[in-house]
Amino acid sequence: MIEEKTSVTTLPEPQIEYEEPTLYGLMAEFAEHEELLEAARRAYSDGYRRMDAYSPFPVEGLAEALGHEGSAIPLFTLAGGIIGGLGAYFMEWISMAKLYPINVGGRPMNSWPNFIPVTFELTVLIASFSAFVGVFLLCRLPHPHHPVFNAADFDRASNDRFFLCIEADDPKFDLGETRKFLEGLKAHRVTEVLE
Amino acid sequence: METIQGSEPRMPDPEKPYPVTVLGYPAEMIGPKETYARVSDQIAGIPLKHPHPKFWFIAFALAGSLFLLFAVAIGYLLYRGVGIWGINIPIAWGFAITNFVWWIGIGHAGTFISAILLLMHQKWRTTINRFTEAMTLFAVMCAGMFPLLHLGRPWVFFWLLPYPDTMSLWPQFRSPLVWDVFAVSTYFLVSLMFWYLGVMPDLATVRDKAKTKWKKIIYGMSCLGWRGSARHWQHHQSAYLLLGGLATPLVLSVHSVVSFDFSVAQLPGWHSTIFPPYFVAGAIYSGFAMVLNLLIPIRRLYGLQNLVTTRTLNNMACVTLVTGWMVIYGYIMEAFMAWYSNDPFEKHMMWDRAFGPYGWVFWCLMTLNCVIPQLLWSRRVRTNDIYLFFVALSVNVGMWVERFVIIVQSLHNDFVPSSWKMYFPTKWDWFTLFGSVGMFLVLLLLFIRYIPMISITESRELIAQRKEGQL
Repeated sequence: MIEEKTSVTTLPEPQIEYEEPTLYGLMAEFAEHEELLEAARRAYSDGYRRMDAYSPFPVEGLAEALGHEGSAIPLFTLAGGIIGGLGAYFMEWISMAKLYPINVGGRPMNSWPNFIPVTFELTVLIASFSAFVGVFLLCRLPHPHHPVFNAADFDRASNDRFFLCIEADDPKFDLGETRKFLEGLKAHRVTEVLE
Repeated sequence: METIQGSEPRMPDPEKPYPVTVLGYPAEMIGPKETYARVSDQIAGIPLKHPHPKFWFIAFALAGSLFLLFAVAIGYLLYRGVGIWGINIPIAWGFAITNFVWWIGIGHAGTFISAILLLMHQKWRTTINRFTEAMTLFAVMCAGMFPLLHLGRPWVFFWLLPYPDTMSLWPQFRSPLVWDVFAVSTYFLVSLMFWYLGVMPDLATVRDKAKTKWKKIIYGMSCLGWRGSARHWQHHQSAYLLLGGLATPLVLSVHSVVSFDFSVAQLPGWHSTIFPPYFVAGAIYSGFAMVLNLLIPIRRLYGLQNLVTTRTLNNMACVTLVTGWMVIYGYIMEAFMAWYSNDPFEKHMMWDRAFGPYGWVFWCLMTLNCVIPQLLWSRRVRTNDIYLFFVALSVNVGMWVERFVIIVQSLHNDFVPSSWKMYFPTKWDWFTLFGSVGMFLVLLLLFIRYIPMISITESRELIAQRKEGQL
């Protein structure tokens, strides 16, 4: 019996390195959008910078309260519109006046009034397309996994709750202090978010 | 004074569970007891729980059969060619272009509701915009099929696009038919982007409410991991508003360009400067009628009366009535200009339209499009589901007949009597028309089955605005 036992060679313990879950931030939950807006303003004036708020519908002034400047989407749209309009007219001019000139009803080869509809349509198309693509570029979407989804009850951020997350890499972040600060903001509860 | 914006006094009504306006409409644009959680559950519950499966499967089977008929009709068309239709010279356009103009007109309500009414801060659009945008997309898909099928050789449809091909050919950019290609495809793509941008946050709601793994994965992927961050909302709202602003002139341009297909030609009955505004008004007219035809049964079946209120239907009926009168003005002007121009061909065209061989079609059109919709002056009709449904149906059929009259009647009697001829649709013409309705309904049923058909986000905004006392 004893011999049998010793004959079994024991495999070395598999060396799996479990990464210690790191703290992503502290999440405060609110019931109303005014409370969230107020909390964001207070957090910003208190010196927190690396934070984000999550809400089930757009809250006016929330991004500004968090210290974000205006969106760059209008610039994307303008650039797209200019490229689309000039590009469309250029395409019509080069194909109708240079590459494949045909006489239609004695009109000049560069018959600009006839080129307006397509120029207009492509201006709108490219401007809309750059606004659309701009949203995904600036929001860094698609992004199906994100640490905030680990927060307790975060599925209600797309339903009826409002969240403010102060991230752990904020220079002013201190687990105890920040928690105390968030609890002082009429938050329903404050939870830790693990990465 | 009754306004459609909601600024009139609210009065309690002992018979109704909600406050009403002076004229007895529901004063709220959204049910009085709604909360964020309730609207989320109600709207996201439809794709997740699939209520009324029996209705859905029966409707899907019927629509699917029509869709198969469409497939057969297209298959035979590709095999035999456009000769299977009743078209010939001089009536070369027939049903295909009638259907094209009709479908694209129906597609106008969606973007009108979501873009123009968005810019005008018409809050009653909130609960119907998602549905009507989807309707727009499907109607434009149906519309886009017809000019391509009518090409004769649909498999070389890409010759319509400008690209440096081996034949060194380019599309003729002075032709309205080429403008049409750009107008319709731009309209489809911009509507699609606008619609997806709106639906993305709602797909995130469905993802968060889904119970099974696969639903979570599929909805999670289709919303691209939306998490409602303040920064994301800021970009999203900026883009949404800009797309609304860009789509507004686009809506007006698309049917204008479609009307150029006719008005740039020399044909009496087509060659008219009133065509662009008259076509746009007609498009919005038939589009609103189609929205009413679809929303009335769906709202009743899925119990959405708290969101799509009677007030919303009343407003849509008012828009239908107004655009209907713009269309009537167009009819009057066509007849007046034919007389005033003193052009013998124009005068003959108008006389033939009313009293020629297609006269009965014209008088059907007048009845369906001009007489019956006058019932909408009555508040009882505007607030009654059943009456409203039938008036809207009359407008939809009437607008199809209008396009038929404009196309076929104008073509059949032009300048030279030796080229006058009648047009008789074949069964394949009818199969293609009804088949396209099947395709439209199949897409629409799939949409209400899998995607939240009312904007949850914007409904929550309405509730928030009511809490703040802005509504």
